[in-house]
Amino acid sequence: MARPEAHSLRRRLLLQLLLGAAVMALGLYLAVRATAERATEAAQDAILIAAAENISDGLRGTEVGVEIDLNRATFSMVAAAGQDRLFWRVEVGRETLTGYDDLPLPGMVPDGTGPVVYEASYRGADLRLAAVGRSVMDRDSLQPALIVLGQTRFGQRAIADRLANGAALAGLAFFALAVPLSLIFTSSVLAPVRRLAEAVSRRGPADLRSMDHPTPRELAPFQEALNSFIARLRMTLSQTETFIAEAAHHIRTPLSTVRAEAEIALRRAEGEESRARLRSVIRAVDESARSAGQLLDHAMVAYRSNRMTQARIDLSAMLGDLARSFGPTADLRDISLTMIVPGPDAAEVIGDRVLVESALRNLIDNALKYTDAEGTVHVSLRHDGGLVVIEVCDTGRGLAGAETSMLTARFQRGPNAGTVVGSGLGLTIVAEVARAMGGAFDLSPAEGGGTCARLSLPAG
Amino acid sequence: MCKAVIASRLKALTCLLLLVALPAAAFEIEAERLFHGRAPVAEVRLLSTTDSDIAAPLIEAFLSTRPDLSVRYVMASSREVFAAIADEGAPFDLVMSSAMDLQMKLANDGFARPHASDVAAALPDWARWRDLLFGFALEPVVVIVSLKGIEGLPIPQTRRDLIALLRENPAHFSGRVATYDPHLSGAGYLFFTEDARQTDAFWRLAEVMGRLEARLYCCSVDMIEDLAAGNILIAYNVVGSYAASHARRIPDTGIVELQDFTQALLRTGLIPVTAPRPDLGAALLDFTLSPEGQALARGPTGFPPLDSGAIRLSAHIRPIRLDPGLLVGLDRMTRAIFLREWDAALNQPLAGR
Repeated sequence: MARPEAHSLRRRLLLQLLLGAAVMALGLYLAVRATAERATEAAQDAILIAAAENISDGLRGTEVGVEIDLNRATFSMVAAAGQDRLFWRVEVGRETLTGYDDLPLPGMVPDGTGPVVYEASYRGADLRLAAVGRSVMDRDSLQPALIVLGQTRFGQRAIADRLANGAALAGLAFFALAVPLSLIFTSSVLAPVRRLAEAVSRRGPADLRSMDHPTPRELAPFQEALNSFIARLRMTLSQTETFIAEAAHHIRTPLSTVRAEAEIALRRAEGEESRARLRSVIRAVDESARSAGQLLDHAMVAYRSNRMTQARIDLSAMLGDLARSFGPTADLRDISLTMIVPGPDAAEVIGDRVLVESALRNLIDNALKYTDAEGTVHVSLRHDGGLVVIEVCDTGRGLAGAETSMLTARFQRGPNAGTVVGSGLGLTIVAEVARAMGGAFDLSPAEGGGTCARLSLPAG
Repeated sequence: MCKAVIASRLKALTCLLLLVALPAAAFEIEAERLFHGRAPVAEVRLLSTTDSDIAAPLIEAFLSTRPDLSVRYVMASSREVFAAIADEGAPFDLVMSSAMDLQMKLANDGFARPHASDVAAALPDWARWRDLLFGFALEPVVVIVSLKGIEGLPIPQTRRDLIALLRENPAHFSGRVATYDPHLSGAGYLFFTEDARQTDAFWRLAEVMGRLEARLYCCSVDMIEDLAAGNILIAYNVVGSYAASHARRIPDTGIVELQDFTQALLRTGLIPVTAPRPDLGAALLDFTLSPEGQALARGPTGFPPLDSGAIRLSAHIRPIRLDPGLLVGLDRMTRAIFLREWDAALNQPLAGR
């Protein structure tokens, strides 16, 4: 099944942080630009108005008419602010006294209390103009006078541009700084998520303890959900194992009754046909009892591997006990069960005694089962680095190419199991014990036919 | 018009190749001359207020770097130069004029085309206005004196000295002091308005000159010739390059840069919006502003150098500010008021006699 396109929280967070930084940088640029334009315009307007009023001060009525004396310094001052082009017009009554007589006049005539500032296009240039109203005595009548001073705004625009460009640079620098900072912040914010994930993945397959990892408040719901899931899983597993153990137990007890009854019947039976039938019944009952025993074993292994007791186990002694208990079975089929083990206390592991014993028993049982009459099963114990290796080799039918991983899966049996009775759980139990104790298990063909099973456990 | 000017102009005309093929122009051309490169395929049309003799070394040097060009050099008075561009839209690629105010008005009123180049950008701020108007020569405005004529008297070093000298020797200087007539000369008017703006001594000087019945001239050249002829002893506000070239011929002439301040006139160039080949005008302008062109300006052309170093070395030199403030002088009413005051100052009652 194709997984839907995975999206990265980190990338999304980074993207959003960067987007935010970009928006702020742009906003800064626009805000400074607007402010700079307003500020420079206000400053320039103030100069323009002051200059227009200064010019209007030169207006005077004389015997021959109204005169105006322009002051060069005023013009130089206005122009010096930005190297701008200047235009002026002085109107008295309805006539242009001096200046550019086609310079646009304001739409609203200033009333003498305050100036009018406006914009107009003149001689191919956009002008900002200030108009100041005055009254002047023209010989014998008072006449309204209008002084208009206009200038281009190259200088103002240059200043505003300079300021805005400075702000843009600052914005860009801010943006550039935001990139690595965002990366750092994103990593730092997402670190607890990564740590939690690592804590989960570090766990063994059977580790179903609840998570108790220190997490930030925002991740607590996730951890709680995970813990509640683990708890439910644990409960389900435990119910299943209990059920299997109960079932096995309930099957085993009546089976032993059936077997006992069948043996009595066999002893009393007279016809050869009936005896054969009864022997067949007894064998079937044995198989079932054995399967039930292994199910019980397996359930026990699964249960105990989560709650292992830690005890010092002397493997030599344990293997010796097992050899003795398997002796009759081997003798019955003329199989020679040999064992080379070091002396007592030479090979020790630390772990759960019940589990280890169960694993070893299944190993030997499995080897005996697949070995024909007059064959050999050889058990050896040796140290290999930090490991204790228990090797059980038989002269049986071999693996027929089957992999260890396949044979250790639940209820899986080799392709050449044939008529040999078995549940497919024996090697599963061995493998699970190896895993629970941090060891390893594998199967390989033995020299000259047969199979070698190796269980390695960390030395105690 | 002054007789002397006509004489010198006739002399100039005789050595000019006078072209009559120019399309009918309403403005008054004083002279026209064609400079040829080695293999001209295009023509630069230059309108100038300077005599072509003086400008010839610069133009010829330019043509040696650009043999593919020829230069049509048209000379006219500064008013006619202004009228040619502002009123008639005459097709010229470059306009060079000594009238700063009129050039500024052309630039301010939108008749100049923006020009950007390395040499233009290298100009000091006071020598250009925006990317429209470029100063290419700086000329101090000086006082010339006849050394023999004022023998035994101190040579004035400031305006105050000059006023004192004139006041204390009215009989000696009466009728023998010269200056511009601001009614006739735009340059004279500009110098006087700048004087008036910068010092109170100017009006006192005007009154003293009025009392001494100063002789008023249209042109620097005439003042120099009358000084050489012994008709006048002292001339105030003479354009430096003329004074220097004449002083070389007449050993008796002293040139004084007044130490309180000496104004300096910028000759300026602009590329008009009506230029048929603005690129060629720009090439000629850039050559004039280049180190090579400026070296020529210092040498054969007789123009003084144009650089900030020269200004720093001589603290008394004050270049006339190249800014729209110059437009004020051209305002008809402001001009009328100034000239009225000038006339009033000059027409003194003969109380001192």
